[in-house]
Amino acid sequence: MMGFQIVVLWSDVLIWLLVAAGVGVGFLIANNPPLLAAWRRVGASRVGMASATVLLVFILIGLLDSLHYRAQLESKAGQKASYAVEVLSVLDALAVPLRSRNEKTYSEPFATRLYSKETIDVPGQGSVRDYPRLKYGGKHLGEREDEVAADAGFTAFRAAGLAFVGWAMLAALAAAVVARGSAMAEASGWQRIWRGETVFAWDAVLITFGFILLCIVPLFWLAGQYHVFGTDKVGQDVLYQVLKSVRTGLIIGLVTTLVMLPMAVLLGIVAGYFRGWVDDVIQYIYTVLNSIPGVLLIAAAVLMMQVVIDTHPEWFSTAAERADLRLLALCFILGITSWTGLCRLLRGETLKLRELEYIQAAQAFGVSSWRIIVRHILPNLMHIVIISLVMDFSGLVLAEAVLSYVGIGVDPTMTSFGTMINNARMELGREPVVWWSLAAAFSAMFILVLAANLFADAVRDAFDPRAT
Amino acid sequence: MLAYIVRRLLYALPILIGVNLVTFALFFVVNTPDDMARMQLGVKRVTPEAIQKWKVERGYDKPLLINAEASGLSTVTDTVFFQKSARMFVGDFGRAEDGRDIAREISGRMGPSLAIALPTFILGLLVTVTFALTLAFFRATAFDFWGVVLCVAMMSISGLFYIIGGQYLISKLWRLVPISGFGAGLEAWRFLILPVVIGVISGIGSSTRWYRTIFLEEVGKDYVRTARAKGLPETVVFFRHVLRNALIPILTGVVVVIPLLFMGSLLTESFFGIPGLGSYTIDAINAQDFSVVRSMVFIGSVLYIVGLILTDISYTLVDPRIRFE
Repeated sequence: MMGFQIVVLWSDVLIWLLVAAGVGVGFLIANNPPLLAAWRRVGASRVGMASATVLLVFILIGLLDSLHYRAQLESKAGQKASYAVEVLSVLDALAVPLRSRNEKTYSEPFATRLYSKETIDVPGQGSVRDYPRLKYGGKHLGEREDEVAADAGFTAFRAAGLAFVGWAMLAALAAAVVARGSAMAEASGWQRIWRGETVFAWDAVLITFGFILLCIVPLFWLAGQYHVFGTDKVGQDVLYQVLKSVRTGLIIGLVTTLVMLPMAVLLGIVAGYFRGWVDDVIQYIYTVLNSIPGVLLIAAAVLMMQVVIDTHPEWFSTAAERADLRLLALCFILGITSWTGLCRLLRGETLKLRELEYIQAAQAFGVSSWRIIVRHILPNLMHIVIISLVMDFSGLVLAEAVLSYVGIGVDPTMTSFGTMINNARMELGREPVVWWSLAAAFSAMFILVLAANLFADAVRDAFDPRAT
Repeated sequence: MLAYIVRRLLYALPILIGVNLVTFALFFVVNTPDDMARMQLGVKRVTPEAIQKWKVERGYDKPLLINAEASGLSTVTDTVFFQKSARMFVGDFGRAEDGRDIAREISGRMGPSLAIALPTFILGLLVTVTFALTLAFFRATAFDFWGVVLCVAMMSISGLFYIIGGQYLISKLWRLVPISGFGAGLEAWRFLILPVVIGVISGIGSSTRWYRTIFLEEVGKDYVRTARAKGLPETVVFFRHVLRNALIPILTGVVVVIPLLFMGSLLTESFFGIPGLGSYTIDAINAQDFSVVRSMVFIGSVLYIVGLILTDISYTLVDPRIRFE
């Protein structure tokens, strides 16, 4: 039995804190009829629920990748246990076949041979220059190298069958839930889902989930035998890199909003409610920050942060910790540059709200300003906050890629969509073209951002009072 | 009018001072000049003498805000803040790490930046407004629906993909135009056409969707109903009334970015090897040339503030209800 030591990175703490906050907000919503009604509208939207299902899969991958540990090194009895320098996550443990089966260098998706020629010793013929066999990709085929398509197709088919069985079980579960929820027994839960009669868009969720299962199960089944998305320059499986990038993207998208939210909400409401010199000072601060072009402010701040990190190597015990802190610093900087828009919106809305009769009545009764803000103003601004939170997410994920390209993004050792694109960019000049890394990174990012955009639209439609 | 503009310019001054203080704090207080010197010199050659020499060469050896040793006015002027930050107000940006004068470099690089940014901006505006208008005209039809779907899909694609994909497809595979570079004179169009087209395409998704909502908001207003009620055909209602009124928020909304066109685009310029301000900034970031980055931050904010003033002026020009008071 291998021991392990749990490592808690700061970003892990924040991301689990966000999960906890999400659950907490969920309870708050359940007790707040208008918000609950709005979320019910989101739940009724087919596009919204389909995209939410996709997002949930991404979030699940990200959460699995946010439980870190260091494996125990083998040691003689009686010795003090020592732990590996490498920080691993639960996702790494689950994806051992992907992580450990490294080739020498590039190989195409589903290839059995390496991308570049090498001198190989063939028994009896001396040395020949040829494309060497991959160490792991298609190893089980042995000599039958030309049967890759048939073998992969058959395996994918079997896995798809398994995926269908899994999906059918989930669908039965959903049908049971629907049947329990409805008092009238004229139609079974299954029929009601099929006809789209349920209030919650069960049909969209089930179809999307079926589609995801149909893609994912064969993909991972095949990933055990081939490099489904190929390998990169140092022979690492591209699928594994895509999985690891998800967490980076999620953290940038989620933790940044955590940074900007308190600032934007607090300053926006205070400026709008108290007006006068408080308003002037807050407006001055956000005009100054706003007038510095975002990328340049981020560049300047990241450059400075890099100097701090480089001059204080003693702060970090592992490379992962350093990369992690740099990621958080990036989130912080992005938060500083992006709170101004929401702050201005909230200020304007508070200015309108404070003139309304019920606020005036509260003031006349002598309710303290703080209490008025918390009880009367904040709940009436929630829809703006929620809409802008979900709208910002996709923009931040896209921004990460650009920033990493410019050289002011995440730590180069940290896998992210940006670093993947950056590393693969130069390889388009090769002959034949190395396209798979780029294609995988761009497609995964596209799916994530598209789902986030569609979900944001559904949320906006449900929460925006002007829409109805 | 003139008095209004002068007053707006005076308002801008405290904001610029604020920007200056923020950049000063970022570049000199978060890290001491010693840290920067160590960074620039690399790990091997760091001796106290080398650091001191580096600082003297660049004028970082002075006190940050107040020079107690000097007398008279030079207690304030003979400092890092005055020499490095305050003098940017008069266009003196100092020298880059390679010894070149930053101000001259910037004025020389504005041309190529503008050669890309201006056509991209104008073409992009034309294309997106036309597209949005078409979508709004055919609102609530299948065409509108799929148009919006296309927009959402296009805004979900990374800007890097448009550039890398476009370069690969058009320059490498089809060999229509050079992959990167910049030429002077009439021959320049061959280098400009690809970045401009890619710039326009990558902006279509989000702008079209935004303009479409503006058009739709305008369509729902009372004067449109009146126009229809008096029997105007839908095309006349649309092009004479809706288009004109919707252009007000669209045009005043884009005015703010016009001055920023001088800055160029970081991504486009570095991918296409255009010697503009965008690639200058990227090179400075990669070489960790702090004085160049600092200057670009300052110029960027000046241009943004100019854009804000232009926006206010444009409001008063297109909407007679707004007066300068």
